[in-house]
Amino acid sequence: MKNNEAVIRFEHVSMQFPGVLANDDVSLEIRRGEVFALIGENGAGKSTLMNILYGIQTPSSGEVWIKGKRVEQYDPRIVIEQGVGMVHQHFMLVPSFTVAQNIVLSREPRKHKIFFDNAAAEAAARKLEAEYGLTVPETEAVEDISVGLQQRVEILKALYRGAEILILDEPTAVLTPQETEELFSVIRRVVRDKGMTVIIITHKLDEVMAISDRVGVMRKGRLVGIHETKDVDAAKLASLMVGRPVIFDELIRSGEPGATALRVEHLQVSDHRGLPAVRDLSLELRAGEILGIAAIEGNGQSELIEAITGMIPVRSGRVTVLGREVTGLEPGEIRAAGLAHVPEDRLATGISGLATVADNLLIGRQREPRFNRFGIQQNRKAIRDYAQEVYQRYDIRGAGVDSLAGDMSGGNMQKVVIAREFSFDTPVLVISQPTRGVDVGAIEFIHSRIMEKRNQGAAILLSSADLDEVFRLSDRIITLFEGEITGTFRAGEISKEDVGLYMTGSKRQGGQEA
Amino acid sequence: MSEFEKILSTVFSVGTLQQMLRSATPVALAAIGGSMTEHAGIMNIGMDGMILMGAFFGVLGSFLGQSALAGLGLALLIGVLVGLFFALLVVRYKSDEFIIGCALNTFALGLTSYLSRSVFGNNGTKGNPALPALHLPFLSKIPILGPMLNDQSLFVYLTWIVVLLAWLFVYKTPYGLWLRASGEKPDTLRTAGISPKRMQWIASLLCGILCALAGAHLSLGQLSGTFAENMSNSRGYIAFACVIFAAAHPGKAYLAALMFGFFEAIGLRLQSYVSADLTNTIPYLITIIMMVYVVARKQQRKKKLARA
Repeated sequence: MKNNEAVIRFEHVSMQFPGVLANDDVSLEIRRGEVFALIGENGAGKSTLMNILYGIQTPSSGEVWIKGKRVEQYDPRIVIEQGVGMVHQHFMLVPSFTVAQNIVLSREPRKHKIFFDNAAAEAAARKLEAEYGLTVPETEAVEDISVGLQQRVEILKALYRGAEILILDEPTAVLTPQETEELFSVIRRVVRDKGMTVIIITHKLDEVMAISDRVGVMRKGRLVGIHETKDVDAAKLASLMVGRPVIFDELIRSGEPGATALRVEHLQVSDHRGLPAVRDLSLELRAGEILGIAAIEGNGQSELIEAITGMIPVRSGRVTVLGREVTGLEPGEIRAAGLAHVPEDRLATGISGLATVADNLLIGRQREPRFNRFGIQQNRKAIRDYAQEVYQRYDIRGAGVDSLAGDMSGGNMQKVVIAREFSFDTPVLVISQPTRGVDVGAIEFIHSRIMEKRNQGAAILLSSADLDEVFRLSDRIITLFEGEITGTFRAGEISKEDVGLYMTGSKRQGGQEA
Repeated sequence: MSEFEKILSTVFSVGTLQQMLRSATPVALAAIGGSMTEHAGIMNIGMDGMILMGAFFGVLGSFLGQSALAGLGLALLIGVLVGLFFALLVVRYKSDEFIIGCALNTFALGLTSYLSRSVFGNNGTKGNPALPALHLPFLSKIPILGPMLNDQSLFVYLTWIVVLLAWLFVYKTPYGLWLRASGEKPDTLRTAGISPKRMQWIASLLCGILCALAGAHLSLGQLSGTFAENMSNSRGYIAFACVIFAAAHPGKAYLAALMFGFFEAIGLRLQSYVSADLTNTIPYLITIIMMVYVVARKQQRKKKLARA
């Protein structure tokens, strides 16, 4: 087959789940030897479409053609044999197996027909490594190697199975900027040298611009546009994704940093297994500034924030809010001292899904006299009026304040959490993952609210897995590696790539105070 | 010879070692079966019931067919059925494995007791055709080891073969890789085009068969054609402890079972000197000590990780 020929064809593919039309009459051709980016908000149907291609799901109607042959039976085994490989967002690797064992799993080399030939498996892995220039420690257990290496194992696994078409599902979500760059050069190499076809699912628009030849945009289950990447820009793609213009306004900063509002001194915190997670960490946060934490997941940022906000115990050290020591106090007491908290996991700790939106907005204020009669009976009307007002002010969209919070979309749930915490008007805000899994439109709204708070003089500690977000919002950035601060920077003083070096501990500033 | 020396010489004799092998065998067979389900990610608490079913139907088959082989055959058939039934509920219908295991134990106890009374009357049954002990002449020439290993039930020797086969299966074949993957990360196996559920079915089936063999050994090998109510006597739980202790490694599970066999044998010997009620607690005490060791080992590993 020559280039530009359709290697995959979706013809009028629809997928009906109970109550949701996940894919709605999607027709799409992927050409041999191209990098095709598939973008869309959460729930737009990208993953469903790729699961159909990979044979995990059977479409309700429509057809899929792979290399000119119609898929008769949706089964990963058959699709793999036709040369489709998929690197899932959550890696499909067995942690206790070696790298080589993971690569050959399901197609193991054998001796005497029934025995597994480990030596041959390692040899096969080495051969692939040499062929594609992807080095991995083939004899080590997967649980002992880094996330970036694990992703390479996933790619090698697909190649071992003879993949010519590689689907990458959100491949950069867990990678540092360096690892992302390495991944992209691997993609370019396999496309150029081996004539492979790559489909990459993502919501990071700059990555679409950097790596893809063509881009398909999905919205609410429909494919709303296919473009040559060179003909579009990030802003255009963003508005196509959301279905209305999204203006990435430069966020306006005003005011000067004031007095220190939050002080952390020599903090030591253990994680849930009892291992040290935060090691002798000190930082200062001033009024009217945003201090962003840049760290790869699992480097102590969650424990740092939970210890400051009183969610988990402090082993040693001091936390001071507005000059008052709050170390070891209950979350409610710390809130009263002037600190509000947007927790990282909205479903687990941010909202109560079984309570109404109004009740969720009320939490923390339920004892205020205006919502009570004689301190025992709720004043439902006052609560409802208050919730209604906040609901509108924060542009929450759903079935109203009397509906269950658990029935809302992720973005609106997050707005409920933000609205509740911001409406306390505390001098200190600790915000974790403010826009994880939230659509582009809501991200804009939340970012501008955070900036508004900053300009009004709030001291904001921000932690986010999204490095772009940290860079966009922060006045200062600290990098954490294994529970220690490895660097402190003023925004604009450092590039994302350099920050990546501090996040992986390969670089470190002299002092460790922020 | 002082009293103390007399006790010592009874306790540490070739007879004790012979008894150790005898006692260890049913626990070992069940533990190897349990290793299969453990690798497949199923917490199988129901082995005791599986053993009991094997023990009863072994004797029933022997009674009806007037042949030990008929007994063994019926025990195996029941083992297959119980294994499949367990898989049907746990794998196919995704019921809670803990509850199903408990239910299986209670059900097996009730069913075998009821059937035993209906068929054999209130005193159970004795002296049905049993599997003979094997006398291997070449063994009798070796001191200590010879008498220890000789004149044992067929199952004692069979267990060694089972350990070897299980170890080869789990660690040296592709199917073993699939089995372990089905427990540790089933989605990985599924996306590789292999059904993790199929591996769990196979593991349940193997566990059912091996537990039935363990039961058949109890009633047809060790006790020459006898069935008594609740004769599994919690060996399934001890086997489960062996599985956890050995991290589901068949060889290590066998060694753990040997340890139980050893202490049970000592307990039996001590009964002439100490109350039987007290000596009967020994296997359970050992279980507790083993579990403490497992926890301690885990914590040590954690500390090592923390230092690294």
